[in-house]
Amino acid sequence: MKLRESPAVKVGLSISIATGLYGVSFGALASASGFTFWQTMTFSLFMFSGGSQFAFIGVVAGGGSGVAAMTAAALLGLRNGIYGMQMNALLRPKGWLKYPQAHITIDESTATASGQSSPDERRRGFWTAGIGIFVLWNIFTAVGALAGDALGDPKQWGLDGAAVAAFLGLLWPRLKGREPWAIAAAAALATVIAVPFVPAGVPILVAAVVAGAIGWFSHGRSDEGMEPDVDPYAHGHAEPGGQESRESSAE
Amino acid sequence: MNLWLWILVACGLAYFTKLSGYFVPAKLLRSPRMMRVAGTMTIGLLASLTVVNAVASGQALAFDARLGALAAGAIALWLRAPFLVVVIVGSAAAACLRLLGWH
Repeated sequence: MKLRESPAVKVGLSISIATGLYGVSFGALASASGFTFWQTMTFSLFMFSGGSQFAFIGVVAGGGSGVAAMTAAALLGLRNGIYGMQMNALLRPKGWLKYPQAHITIDESTATASGQSSPDERRRGFWTAGIGIFVLWNIFTAVGALAGDALGDPKQWGLDGAAVAAFLGLLWPRLKGREPWAIAAAAALATVIAVPFVPAGVPILVAAVVAGAIGWFSHGRSDEGMEPDVDPYAHGHAEPGGQESRESSAE
Repeated sequence: MNLWLWILVACGLAYFTKLSGYFVPAKLLRSPRMMRVAGTMTIGLLASLTVVNAVASGQALAFDARLGALAAGAIALWLRAPFLVVVIVGSAAAACLRLLGWH
């Protein structure tokens, strides 16, 4: 079987397991934040973008409105539109294939595809990572939601602390270099200043505007902040090639 | 029911954002400004969500056991722990601090 020898499939499968498993934390946090089982599953089945899903439940858990939660999730999903452009240029899907391919266009499938050099391998990597993560992420979301329901008082188990660590964990891989640290610090400061003055959920949107303005007016790396949540090439793949090939894919 | 509505709108927007990428001409990629804004906004939003979940309590700032979770999570990440371990460490830190009486 050729597929088993494909490096892209291997990378795709390992990233599926690494990413899919943390669906447990999403499921548990969503149920601790008061979302029903089917609401929680709707996020993982139809929104299917970890950062946006955590953002939505994070805003609601903090007392924010549904509109603020929806806005934060949509803004955090903007980078998926960029990934879509890149994957369109790189994989050239034909006809109806665009529609399912769009749904599994996320940090990890994009990174797995753009880390490969041959067109066939890119395609295999994208679909392996995309489908693998989708299946495991949903299974483990369900596990987390059911387990979370059984836990009782979420504070007793420190689940609010788990949310803090989860967001820091999503932010961390993007903090490579001085500029992303400065952006993060500016956004954090804007948030702290805004909290007492505007309704819950809105400080996050204020920070988004600050960070977006920094991106608009400054001239750093063009793929700043586009790192995947979990790096597919973290362990011993030839080149941590995501960056270069993502840049060259823009040509 | 109201919350269901916003969940469905958010899901629709998420898919529309991804799909629109496949219909936007590749030319736009040559103007890296949009890419940068999407990237810096991602950093800003995640930083803000971290802070809000660590210190905001409604419209007030509160310094409680969640700060311990933030510190413990940072240490775990610095030690290159995988995501799930980081989340468990954050949760354990907050739970332990509460047991010790710091709410």
